[in-house]
Amino acid sequence: MPVLELVNVSKHFGAITALNGISLSIEPGQVVGLMGDNGAGKSTLVKIIAGNFPASHGDLRMDGQAVHFHKPIEARGHGIEIVYQDLALCGNLTAAANVFLSRELSTGIGPFRILNYAGMYKRAAELFKELKSETRPRDLVNKMSGGQRQAVAIARTMLSEAKIVLMDEPTAAISVRQVAEVLNLIRHLRDRGIAVILISHRMPDVFSVADRIIVLRRGTKVADKAIAESSPEEVTGLITGAIERA
Amino acid sequence: MATTLESSIDRQQHTLLSWITSRQTFWVFLAIVAACIFLSFATDSFATHQNIYNITRNFTFTAIIALGMTIVIITGGIDLSVGSVLCLCSMILAVVMHAGYSILIGVAAALGTAVLVGLFNGILIAYVGMPPFVVTLGMLSVARSLAMVASNNTVVFQFGPDQQKLLTLGGGSTFGVSNPLIYTLLLALFTGFILRFTRFGRYVFAIGGNEQAAMLTGVPVRQVKVAVYVISALSAGVAAIIETGWLGAVTTNLGSGMELQVIAAAVIGGANLAGGIGTAFGALVGAALIEIIRNSLGLLGVNAFWQGTFIGGAILLAVLFDRIRNFRQSD
Repeated sequence: MPVLELVNVSKHFGAITALNGISLSIEPGQVVGLMGDNGAGKSTLVKIIAGNFPASHGDLRMDGQAVHFHKPIEARGHGIEIVYQDLALCGNLTAAANVFLSRELSTGIGPFRILNYAGMYKRAAELFKELKSETRPRDLVNKMSGGQRQAVAIARTMLSEAKIVLMDEPTAAISVRQVAEVLNLIRHLRDRGIAVILISHRMPDVFSVADRIIVLRRGTKVADKAIAESSPEEVTGLITGAIERA
Repeated sequence: MATTLESSIDRQQHTLLSWITSRQTFWVFLAIVAACIFLSFATDSFATHQNIYNITRNFTFTAIIALGMTIVIITGGIDLSVGSVLCLCSMILAVVMHAGYSILIGVAAALGTAVLVGLFNGILIAYVGMPPFVVTLGMLSVARSLAMVASNNTVVFQFGPDQQKLLTLGGGSTFGVSNPLIYTLLLALFTGFILRFTRFGRYVFAIGGNEQAAMLTGVPVRQVKVAVYVISALSAGVAAIIETGWLGAVTTNLGSGMELQVIAAAVIGGANLAGGIGTAFGALVGAALIEIIRNSLGLLGVNAFWQGTFIGGAILLAVLFDRIRNFRQSD
């Protein structure tokens, strides 16, 4: 039973067709690399899955059931977590505050609840340790390096039991050691039966961790095959248009 | 990695002392303390019970509204209508009590008016998407004109059967401390608690820091924004009730220009107009500094027309100081 299915999904922004009849299906624990040139529609596709905006045509199904997301929090309620390309962090808050944003831990009696700072610092520190990141829970995000911010954004996806984790260019701006940790994390998620959709420009990363590759070109899906049956040269050709379909 | 989980959690960018001295609010507070010490020696009348009583009562009206304004500023917005809302709520209170109703009905009517104004501002800003400056600028005109309509532009100084209760509320004192000061301290504690210890407070900061990120992560941005403008209008309403009780009369130019004084107080106290930064204590400190400037110029015999220069100078210095420190840090 596929954890996520897209059936003939299209998205128009006025006269611009960002996505044209995309169908795909993702099994639990599968790591899918989503590649394509700038403007191919990768981010748009991922934002539709994450609930930022609805598709213009087509359906989404999760575990066989049709789903309609009006806002990101609904997608999150169905087990879809996302790391945005710009990370969606609030610089004036601490790392822990960002990880728990809108899902804060609170203590108290009945309706009188206050924030549980100690609990959030502790859990955030555990998540950063799991990611082998130097990020400190009490630090303000606007004083952090790119790699530390990336860790905060990824730690968010680990807060609850996700079914699918979407990652938009997660290794674009981080150190070599951390690229290895992010890829390990993706394998870790896969081992727990969580599907991962990885948008990346970095061919070695995708080929090292993905099971399948989907290539988009100008809003259309031009390839959807197992990584083992493809090669970096073929994928590059598909992205640029040298190869029509594969 | 040799560090344990605990040592990792505990490590922070600042020690307590370095954190305190990095805050604009601390330096303004220091300036207030220095000014008070100076004035105690330079004049005979500053350090008297009566003068301290006056200062701590006079600053409260600006301080209470500055609390509400700080919350709005933290979200990256602004509320220019508070002076006019103060006038409108005072008028509603006055007219209702003058007509013979009890103080409870009068207060309810005044606060109810504030809530309606706040909802109006908030819905236009959060749901229709209009800029806060424009919406509250419009409300500034509308509210004052409604106040004039409500009173037919007359002075109201008779408040019906509960007049004495109102005058005690605003002008009285408890155990030697003026009532407005007590309300201000309680409201400041409450505001500080909300900002620091509740989810709502955290959402206020998140919206100011990165509204788009807050929306994407599931923060109920629009509802919080409406709430914030209701809070601001309510703070003007509360100040209106207390100030009316103290003055004993309401005129239609009450609170005229007060919005700028309140914004000055918030900014001096450390709230950043770009959003994301501000504290309840800062609102009090900013309002206190303005009042001390006003009071001390009078005691030192300086021409009252110089007040504006000193207050404007205080705004510039307070924020300039903060910028200079940030330049050094980012180098």
